[in-house]
Amino acid sequence: MGRGILVFVGSAGELSLFGLRAIRDAFKPPFEPGEILRQLHELGLRSAPLIGVSGLAVGVVLSMHTRASLERFGAESMIPAGLAMALVRETGPLTAALLLSGRIGAGIGAELGAMRVTEQIDALEASAVDAFKYLVVTRALACVIALPILTTLMNFSGMLGGFLAENAVSGMSLRLYFDRSFSLIDVIDYVPATLKTMVFGFIIAITSSYLGFTTSSGTEGVGRASTRAVVFSSILIIVANVILVRLIFFIFPGLQR
Amino acid sequence: MTVTTASSRVSTGPSVASAPEIALQLDRVTKSFGRKRVLDGVSFSVAKGTALVVLGRSGTGKSVTLRTIIGLVRPESGRVLVEGEDVVGMSRPRLNEVRKRIGFLFQNAALFDSISVGENVAFPMRRHTKLSESEIRARAQEKLEQVGLAAEYNRMPAALSGGMRKRAGLARAMALDPSLLLVDEPSAGLDPITSDEIDHLLLSQKESGTTLVVVTHNMASARRLGDRLLMLHEGRVTAEGTLDEFERSEDPMVRAFISSENAG
Repeated sequence: MGRGILVFVGSAGELSLFGLRAIRDAFKPPFEPGEILRQLHELGLRSAPLIGVSGLAVGVVLSMHTRASLERFGAESMIPAGLAMALVRETGPLTAALLLSGRIGAGIGAELGAMRVTEQIDALEASAVDAFKYLVVTRALACVIALPILTTLMNFSGMLGGFLAENAVSGMSLRLYFDRSFSLIDVIDYVPATLKTMVFGFIIAITSSYLGFTTSSGTEGVGRASTRAVVFSSILIIVANVILVRLIFFIFPGLQR
Repeated sequence: MTVTTASSRVSTGPSVASAPEIALQLDRVTKSFGRKRVLDGVSFSVAKGTALVVLGRSGTGKSVTLRTIIGLVRPESGRVLVEGEDVVGMSRPRLNEVRKRIGFLFQNAALFDSISVGENVAFPMRRHTKLSESEIRARAQEKLEQVGLAAEYNRMPAALSGGMRKRAGLARAMALDPSLLLVDEPSAGLDPITSDEIDHLLLSQKESGTTLVVVTHNMASARRLGDRLLMLHEGRVTAEGTLDEFERSEDPMVRAFISSENAG
């Protein structure tokens, strides 16, 4: 038990140092633009179908629930605005981040873990390349850039899903639906909630890279790194979300109304 | 036959660094992992343009020795002089400059599996030279031709056999025309014919002036490649000398290696 706590604290400390090193190295040349673009394609663009389809489904389900609640008060006309507000402020960012912690976290954990056990990370170092910068910093930057964009995609596909559900029930037009969706949303609803996903992206990249980088025990270790990357990223995102929401309310008190 | 402790053979101080004919020198290098001491005062030197073959049973510190030379493992004490520069404790930018002069062939080749074989060979050139794209491609193709893989430029590493992967790894290790080539178990997992091919490639590198340090279990390989042989046992250098000296040696570990080949 005592040893377990020590290992946990030790790993948490190492993970923190890993993240701080990534932030420091991100501002030091070489900046590896080619590798960042490649990671943006792999981690960002290739995640778009997952986010688009999931957003659509979330929008349909949210719409059905919102209708069931608002119908009782005769407030069906508020469905688009209520759904959009829920998506933009919280459901979109958190759902996108959790979905991406599965896809990206597992991918990075497994890829770097496999590179570690097959000595490819050592081969990078032996080729006079800073493996940390080349593998970790580039992935962290790609995730930090990609998450807000994918979250925006999630929000829009969610609203589209909401429209499809609403159109099937009430025959509401696309134009009227989106007019009503944006009737209550302000920039201040969108910007802080979406930008906080940059932190989620950093958490996913750093946690999974750390677990991949420190993989041992061959193939079994790679599987373990991949699983842990998803589990720890998800937990850290949920915990960070609580702190970030509190922080956003503190900075923008108007959002609590 | 030299069967002495490492520290008694290797001179220390400034004269070591200034000796022009020495490509590599390890001076009382010590490394432990946890409680296990893997290198225990290892000392040896390699003259420029010659090949040193490091023999020893599994787990005696042979691969750690190679990793120490290229700075992947940092020893607790001792010096590792590559062409006179001590890589121990060296800053990363300076270490990277030294690494550009060293080629490393990993035991399992360690090819980057997300890029093609040709791009693996081109990788060091893209990173460290100002050659044009067409020049890089041409030179990578030339390196692949040297190892008999001219037609494999666009294939992915996963599609290659073990021997082909090793040859591709050698092509990548030679990409920047290193002055020192470190080779970890060139014959491991290969059939005798492929193993001979790899040895001949390494010999041609030596003939072109490259210094070789080759870790192997394979005495046939050691005979072909080694100007000098070195036996590591439990992290210590227990024997060092020429092939003739090894064959006349009374050292039990050396005798075991020589007789294992004769038995085979």
